[in-house]
Amino acid sequence: MKYIDEFQDPELARRLLDDIHATVTRPWALMEVCGGQTHSIIRHGIDQLLPDNIELIHGPGCPVCVTPLEVIDKALEIASRPEVIFCSFGDMLRVPGTGRDLFQVRGEGGDVRVVYSPLDALRIAQQHPDREVVFFGIGFETTAPPNAMTVHQARKLGIPNFSMLVSHVRVPPAIEAIMSSPSCRVQGFLAAGHVCSVMGMGEYPELAERFRVPIVVTGFEPLDILEGVRRTVRQLERGEHTVDNAYARAVRAEGNLAARAMLEDVFEVTDRAWRGIGVIPQSGWRLASKYRAYDAEHRFSVEGIRTQEPAECRSGEVLQGLLKPHECEAFGTLCTPRTPLGATMVSSEGACAAYYLYRRLDMPATKAQEATPVV
Amino acid sequence: MCLAVPGRVLDIEERDGTRMATVDFGGVVKEVCLEYLPDLQVGEYAIVHVGFALQRLDEESARRTLELFAELGLLQEEFGDPWETAAEAAGSEPVEEVRNQ
Ligand code: SF4
Repeated sequence: MKYIDEFQDPELARRLLDDIHATVTRPWALMEVCGGQTHSIIRHGIDQLLPDNIELIHGPGCPVCVTPLEVIDKALEIASRPEVIFCSFGDMLRVPGTGRDLFQVRGEGGDVRVVYSPLDALRIAQQHPDREVVFFGIGFETTAPPNAMTVHQARKLGIPNFSMLVSHVRVPPAIEAIMSSPSCRVQGFLAAGHVCSVMGMGEYPELAERFRVPIVVTGFEPLDILEGVRRTVRQLERGEHTVDNAYARAVRAEGNLAARAMLEDVFEVTDRAWRGIGVIPQSGWRLASKYRAYDAEHRFSVEGIRTQEPAECRSGEVLQGLLKPHECEAFGTLCTPRTPLGATMVSSEGACAAYYLYRRLDMPATKAQEATPVV
Repeated sequence: MCLAVPGRVLDIEERDGTRMATVDFGGVVKEVCLEYLPDLQVGEYAIVHVGFALQRLDEESARRTLELFAELGLLQEEFGDPWETAAEAAGSEPVEEVRNQ
C-alpha cells in the first residue's frame, strides 16, 4: 500500500478504494482498453491496491503495438528510398520490422525525421518540393482526425509531393472481437477516454447490450482509473450492463463532431490486420478513393514484402489479455527494451514495456515493488 | 503518442486558411491546429493530441493533469528529443534504464 501516498489526491484515492473494497463480493475481470491506462495502472500499482478478486486485463489499445509487421516493413522500404523524406512520430523509431527498424534505416542513410504533428510533415513537403515526403499515419480514433486533416490540407493546398502510409485502427470492432472469442474472460470494459473525446459514446450501447458487458469511459490518470473501476464493479455487482461516462470533463456523448465529419470525408472503414492478432473485420480506416493520390502504398509500389514475426514473441496473446507480459518466456531475457522482439516491448504504451520498466516480475511481487523506481 | 496533453491557448491566428494557436504545455510552447475546436479562445484550456486541439478542458483539471505529467516525466517523453530516447533505449544497459527512470 505504499503507492497511495504518491497519488495526486491520496485522500480521494483512499475513499474510492474503500468504496471498491466494500462493493466487491465476487471475482471480476475488467479490461482496460488503452495502453496509457495500462502504464498508469502498473506505474502506480493500482492492480495491487484493488481487492484480490478484481483482475485488470490489459487490452490492445497501443497503436504502435498493433501496427502490423507488414506495414512496418513497408515503412522501412519507403524510408530507405533516396528521394524520400520519411516522417513519423517518435515512438515508431524502434518498432522492429523484419530484421530492422526506422532508427537503423536512418543509420544507413535514410532521411527519417520525427515530427510532433502530421502538419509538420506537410510543411516539410512544402519546403522540399523536389523530394517525396511520406508521413507514417498510424493510431486509433484520437490520432486519425489530425492525420485526416493533414491529407485534406494537402489536397486543398495542392501539395503534390506529400503522401501518407495509413494504418489506422478502431476500438469498437476490437472490443467485439475480444468478446466474441471463446477464451474471453472479460466481464467489464474501461473504455479509452481520449478515443471517446473524438468519437463520443454512440458506438458502445449496442456492444454493451449484445455482450451484456458494462462499458465505462475512463481517463488514464490514477484517480480516473479508480473511478472507472468503481463504476464498472458497481454495475457488475448489480447485474447491470450500461454505458457510463467516468471521464465527463473531457468526453461529451457526441464526441467532437467536426473531427468525426473529417474522418468520414477522408477515410473509409476497412478490414485491418492487427499485429499478433490477425485481421479484425471493419476495424480500420484507409484513405477514401478520392484521396488515393495521397496514399503512399499506391504511390510507391511496396507489394510483395515478405514478413516474418519472431517465433518467440507472444505479443498477440498479450494484446488480447490472454497472457501477462512476464509469462512470456522471452520477457526480460531475449526480449528487453534494448533488444525488443515485439512492439509491445518498445512502445511507450506497450504492456511488455510497462512491466519491464515498472515491475521486474522475474522477482517476487514485493521485491518488484521495492525495486520500482520512484518517479 | 496516444498521450493527449492539456495546454493553454496563448494566441490565435489564421494561417493558410487554417485556424492555428500557440499553446503552452506547462512551459513547452507548440503550434496547435484549432480546426476541430474553432471556438476555443485565448486563455482557455484544451486537450491537445499530435498538434490538434480535440476537446475543451476546465482550467483546474488541466492544471492537475499537467502537474501529474510533469512529475511522471511524461512531458519530457512527449516533447523531448525522440532520437536521443531511441538511441538511449538501443544502447544503454537495461538495468540502468530502470534506475534512470
Ligand atoms: S516480452 Fe517481448 S517477446 Fe514476449 S510478448 Fe512481449 S514483446 Fe513479445
